[in-house]
Amino acid sequence: MKGGFWQQLDHWARRLVPFGLCLVFVLLSVLPIPVPGYSSVVPMLTAAAVFFWAVHHPRLLPPSIVFAIGLAQDTLSGAPIGSGAVVLLAVFGVTVSQRRFFHNRSFIQVWVGFMVVALAAAVLSWLLTVLHVGFFYPPPAAFFQYVLTVAVYPLVTWMLHGAQQLVPAET
Amino acid sequence: MDFRRPSLIARVAAPFRGAAQRFALGFLMIVAFATMFLGKADTHFVERFRTGVTDVAAPILEAMAEPVAAANRVLAHLGELAALREENQRLREEVSRLRGWHAAALRLEAENKSLRDLLQYRGPDRNTFVSARVVADGHGPFVKSVLVNIGTRDGIEKGQAAVTQLGLVGRVTEVGDRSARILLITDLNSRIPVLVEETRARAILAGDNSERPQLVFLPQGTRLSPGQRIVTSGHGGALPHGIPVGVVASVEDGVARVRPFVDWERLEYIQIIDFEVAAGGASGGNSSASGDAVAPRPRLPGAAPAAPSTGAAPAVTSGGAGSDTGASAPRVQP
Repeated sequence: MKGGFWQQLDHWARRLVPFGLCLVFVLLSVLPIPVPGYSSVVPMLTAAAVFFWAVHHPRLLPPSIVFAIGLAQDTLSGAPIGSGAVVLLAVFGVTVSQRRFFHNRSFIQVWVGFMVVALAAAVLSWLLTVLHVGFFYPPPAAFFQYVLTVAVYPLVTWMLHGAQQLVPAET
Repeated sequence: MDFRRPSLIARVAAPFRGAAQRFALGFLMIVAFATMFLGKADTHFVERFRTGVTDVAAPILEAMAEPVAAANRVLAHLGELAALREENQRLREEVSRLRGWHAAALRLEAENKSLRDLLQYRGPDRNTFVSARVVADGHGPFVKSVLVNIGTRDGIEKGQAAVTQLGLVGRVTEVGDRSARILLITDLNSRIPVLVEETRARAILAGDNSERPQLVFLPQGTRLSPGQRIVTSGHGGALPHGIPVGVVASVEDGVARVRPFVDWERLEYIQIIDFEVAAGGASGGNSSASGDAVAPRPRLPGAAPAAPSTGAAPAVTSGGAGSDTGASAPRVQP
């Protein structure tokens, strides 16, 4: 890589934007929001962010980073450790493998794609927790969480779209 | 510097990079599954990892939670402004009603004190508490826990009770240096020894991730009716006796459900009780606490003003104190 020290630093700082923003979403998703019923159906913001970067800049979010984000989320949320990492890696893997489908599509089409991916993520998350804890959690709460996740995706996209200007172009 | 023009090496390496990424993805998936199993097998290691991460994240979360709390306060104030007149009228009526109770409480307090002096009874409720701020919510459909900004350096230990002015919130399950996780009484894994205040019937309050935890292991023939108050029994020695928990909300098909007193949506500050267990008690106390300590400890910067109470809980109920010295687990019939 050419360029001086500051340029390199700038380049690496920009490369870390997706990771940093995913961590921000992890923190946002555990913030105590005083809205009745919210805590049971808090949207999977991190999954939405990972999906976004997997569609637009998968190289900037290597699987190791996705794994670390998942572990951070499990740790802070109190979920079975590793379960969030499995879900995020699955979201990332499925999205990257279907990236050709998402290429040059309208927002609505990508959103529909996210609906499918998020549904798989919600089911996987529910299944992993049921198997891990050994308790049949009522599916409606997980379903409402899924609905809310799909509903906030445009907002997540809008926030990350702005940040996209900061990241270096895909090689 | 032009990042858009891939070098020759990058072009040649591109297919290998893709393969490496796929391999890494599969490998990390296996590692993540292995972590889940490890979490089940070696809880101590996982707990240390968790508390290490939460210790780092707690100050950041605290800083992030402040604007949310401020915005919430502004909204709450605006809402209160709208109903100021009605609220004022309601409060006047409540004050006049409570004056009667206040007089009764003073009379009973004096009577209680004189009776205790007569019996030379030394109550078990010698506790201190530390106030803490809720910095993260264990969100989601599967977990009911919160993270607070105090830890071992503030004298917090596993098993201690967390309360608000309204009642029991939960128990400390993980403690880091500067953060601790409180398992809420609604969580699937929460089991709290309680009793029905009116009938003194013992039971276990078992969370099931719903808003209304169940009463299980009630003695046979116990008659419950909605509205009866449920308080901690103090059995098992882990929690103080008499912390208000909730009221019986419903009894349907033999399943009694309790509506907790705590307002889960406004869980901003909580107090962790440093319960000094009576002689022979199981755990939960800090042995360094002096025997007669009843005053709140110095609190952390940013922590809420504590409830004006001293002792076990803001509203400690009376009665049944003699049974509290027993440290054995409650033996109740299903």
